Amino acid sequence: MRQTTGEKIFIFINNCFLALIGFIALYPLIYVAAASMSSTDAILTGKVLLLPIEINFSSYKEVLSEQSIWIGYGNAIYYTAVGTAVNLFITVCGAYPLSKKRLPGRKYITFFVVLTLWFQAGIIPFYLNLKEMGLLNLRITIIIAFACSTFNMILMRTYFQSSVPASLEEAAKVDGASDLYVLGKIYLPLSKPVLATIGLFYAVNRWNGYFWPMIIIRDNSKMPLQVILKKMIVEMRIEETITDMDMFTDFSVESLIYATIIISIVPMMIAYPYIQKFFTKGMMIGAIKG
Amino acid sequence: MQLSTKARLKETIHKSDKNRINLEQCISNFKKNWQLFVLLIPFLLFYVFFIYKPMWGLQIAFKDYKLFGGIAESPWVGFKHFESFLMGPYFLNTFKNTLMISLYGLIFGFPIPIFLALLLNEVTSRKLKKAVQTATYLPHFISIVVIAGIVVNFLSPSNGLINIIISKFGGEKVYFLSKPEYFRLIYIIMGIWKESGFGAIIYIASLSSIDPNLYEAAYIDGANKLKRILQVTIPGIMPTIIIMFILKVGKMIDVGFEAIILLYQPVTYETADVISTYVYRIGLLNARYDYATAVGLFNSVISLILVFTANRISRKVSETSLW
Repeated sequence: MRQTTGEKIFIFINNCFLALIGFIALYPLIYVAAASMSSTDAILTGKVLLLPIEINFSSYKEVLSEQSIWIGYGNAIYYTAVGTAVNLFITVCGAYPLSKKRLPGRKYITFFVVLTLWFQAGIIPFYLNLKEMGLLNLRITIIIAFACSTFNMILMRTYFQSSVPASLEEAAKVDGASDLYVLGKIYLPLSKPVLATIGLFYAVNRWNGYFWPMIIIRDNSKMPLQVILKKMIVEMRIEETITDMDMFTDFSVESLIYATIIISIVPMMIAYPYIQKFFTKGMMIGAIKG
Repeated sequence: MQLSTKARLKETIHKSDKNRINLEQCISNFKKNWQLFVLLIPFLLFYVFFIYKPMWGLQIAFKDYKLFGGIAESPWVGFKHFESFLMGPYFLNTFKNTLMISLYGLIFGFPIPIFLALLLNEVTSRKLKKAVQTATYLPHFISIVVIAGIVVNFLSPSNGLINIIISKFGGEKVYFLSKPEYFRLIYIIMGIWKESGFGAIIYIASLSSIDPNLYEAAYIDGANKLKRILQVTIPGIMPTIIIMFILKVGKMIDVGFEAIILLYQPVTYETADVISTYVYRIGLLNARYDYATAVGLFNSVISLILVFTANRISRKVSETSLW
């Protein structure tokens, strides 16, 4: 198709506009990074807009010497790693049997599970249930109380049904292979992309979640990073501003917060290229196959 | 007469035979598939203990919860909690705020991913497309705590970026997060920043499935770029737009509390307090479990009705529906 001059101009403007959008989306993070490395004075006078000015890393030193950050990091890594492994295990346990038409009662079990997409008890009954079972303030609760997402299970089931050739299973069955063998030796190896995608779905949620850990966990020693961050970067700010609006002497709080933000998103930034690749794919699976 | 009895007898025998065969089949089915059932055990245990058991606990919405008796021992009180919510001073405000925030989201938040996808679709340079996508998806993967933390700090009255810029231009510093009139705007902009890029993915996927021959044909018929967008591209992604719209409308009443409780303060409850944040505050912070459960249940029932209604309407009007 040949382009008219008008269309060429349109494409040029469109390109510029989109580049601007991309920049705007990134700008808050660019500013946070720049401010975290700048001197207090430079931030206050508004000199810092894009690049760090009067570079120093004193706020990073300060934050990294703060013990609670490290405790939070450790806990977050634990909850993410163990939690994601349990998530994948439970999801496969549900998705594989439910992908088999020969499973007796499959319809009823599927209905019982899919119903939860539309209706759930809500936060208070969920909390009371944990309380009555004596599961509050335990690490294991964070792992098992969120062990499966119905949506991800359905995604995996659909993949098992549609993307793994049934003939492979039939051939193995003729040779006397059991279901568990077929799952372990045929289905899982062939489903690596979807396992990685769903694993990332879970891991991102685990790493980023703050609400339930905040409600369930009481001891600081078991808090994941996000709950600690909430105290440091969301609440610290509000308290300070309410008690004293002109507290310019304690101004370094500002760059401390920005440094904390940067330190907390480093793992996400490192994982982001992989995440982006798999998430887009996962969204496509979800979009095309319902 | 005799004949018919005989026939009936035969029929019963036949039936019981059939039953026996069914039972045997069941047992042999089970034996053949026992490993599948073993796999299902941990999965079903999770659903029973963490999803369905709380549903049993929903009954406290109709009870006066007694801490020492637990759920089962607490006395029934009928719709008392529902009535006191609906008659009380919080209902109108939280309900209105919930709808207003959703409506703002629908008007401003909903079209942006579609526009973004349409514009990205017209980009000829792959590198630029990839770069813009990478930049716009990123905020989706950053935790809401950090996103809200950035917003709170940027808007801080003393040294936040926005106020630094305002005072640079000689303006008066404003404590935005303490002003009820700014809350919805802040919340919606934060949502747009965090989710627009990611929300565009579904439309980009839908755009890529449009048959390129249609563009070719439209071009040969003399349609210019604008016409091709209006008459090929947009109709091509319309079903997706409609489905996403139904989902959004169905969720009008489900404004999440996770982001709001990070941004609101008592002075902004007037515009910021939605049903879910109210449930959280009353239930988890003030421990009025029975009443909060009732409010939550009210919310989920309305939401369920909304989803089904939205779906029904869309099926009638456009022949596109979720199920």
